[in-house]
Amino acid sequence: MSGKPKLHYFNGRGRMESIRWLLAAAGVEFDECFLETRDDLLKLQKSGALLFQQVPMVEIDGMKMVQTRAIGNYIAAKYNLYGKDLKERALIDMYVEAIIDLDELLMMYALQPADKKEQYLANIVDKATNRYFPVYEKVLKDQGQDFLVGNQLSRADVQLLEALLMAEEYKSDILAKFPLLQSFKARISNVPTIKKFLQPGSQRKPPLQEKDLPKVMKIFNLGQ
Amino acid sequence: MSASERGWGGRRRQALISVLSWPPAQRKERTGNRNAEIMAGKPKLHYTNGRGKMESIRWLLAAAGVEFEEEFIETKEDLEKLRNDGSLLFQQVPMVEIDGMKMVQTRAILSYIAAKHNLYGKDLKERAWIDMYVEGTTDLMGMIMYLPFQPAEAKEKNLALIIERATARYFPAYEKVLKDHGHDYLVGNKLSWADIHLLEAILMAEECKPDILSAFPLLQAFKGRISNIPTIKKFLQPGSQRKPPADEKFIAHVKKIFNM
Repeated sequence: MSGKPKLHYFNGRGRMESIRWLLAAAGVEFDECFLETRDDLLKLQKSGALLFQQVPMVEIDGMKMVQTRAIGNYIAAKYNLYGKDLKERALIDMYVEAIIDLDELLMMYALQPADKKEQYLANIVDKATNRYFPVYEKVLKDQGQDFLVGNQLSRADVQLLEALLMAEEYKSDILAKFPLLQSFKARISNVPTIKKFLQPGSQRKPPLQEKDLPKVMKIFNLGQ
Repeated sequence: MSASERGWGGRRRQALISVLSWPPAQRKERTGNRNAEIMAGKPKLHYTNGRGKMESIRWLLAAAGVEFEEEFIETKEDLEKLRNDGSLLFQQVPMVEIDGMKMVQTRAILSYIAAKHNLYGKDLKERAWIDMYVEGTTDLMGMIMYLPFQPAEAKEKNLALIIERATARYFPAYEKVLKDHGHDYLVGNKLSWADIHLLEAILMAEECKPDILSAFPLLQAFKGRISNIPTIKKFLQPGSQRKPPADEKFIAHVKKIFNM
């Protein structure tokens, strides 16, 4: 199966999920090598495969790429999901960076102590509905187009959809006030490659279950 | 008071001279009340008068030889005004007015400047390496930047972690890159954003521990070499727009503005 990108991460979303989304949206098949234990990570580190001793790592086009953003940038550019010129790229970057900020907030929820979870969730909902979603709703409204940038599918659309679906997992009606984001969600979900990725049996990962958290913390030596 | 003491040296004087050569009607329309109007066309940076997330942008513009203006956020009200103006896409700074855009998000701004000024490699693969290297230095500088905002009792532990990461994770990676290809620059045998960012990170790390490069001879040579590039050398001299490290007073000031 050489030639396909190979993803190295644990068997869960984390920082690799947006990369899975991008590859899937671009119609690129990929293999995955899952870290099950801390030893798996140590072994990978010792082999010199990880530039900064960290995952995600993606073997692609003869490179062992690390750093989520670098990997995302490369895939987006290679598969024409990065706009047609510098200014479109600038817009895509701005939109994507904010989505990454929101993703980070969502991702860190699982790591909050139990007594802080409720307040943290309230903060997520506040930021999503007051800072981030209004911006994308306005972009769609102002342009009246199907996509965020340049009237064609880009990385920004793919990553926004991912974020919208993740946010809905925390609060199912979080898009209640955003009609254009709702129709955006439906529209982008229907892009054939993305529709396929959203079906059961794809390489899309489910949300992290509480019971799996200790295993993940152990692999990455967190909270010890 | 001499002309230069009154602030009429250098750029302002040159700008005024060039404006005085315009036809009177245009001159009147353009000068208005503020010299800023004379200098229209330069990127304009909106941030506090300190390093923070804007410093890497200052470095990159300076290295590219691009003159820029700065409007400093001094109070909470200044930040609120920017927000209420609709100038901040996600209510956050850094914000840079450049080429008709009000750009936000540090990495978006840096990528744009790098690409525009030929500091982003010659193809997709070189860009990939530059991105990887820059993400590493961003992580390291981020740790250093946030140090003053950590609780006091964690400071010593966090400083130790920074030094450990710098000397066991990041610097060895860059030392190896330079060793393996034997070139002067990190990527493509040509100055790129990655080199400028690494120099910034090295100097910041040395502020934490002056001999932090002692085990890295190639990085020491790299530091000397990149510091000597004329635009960077100029930026490293007193009087440039480079900002000093934050002191206690400035941290308190920033915390107030951003409600931290």
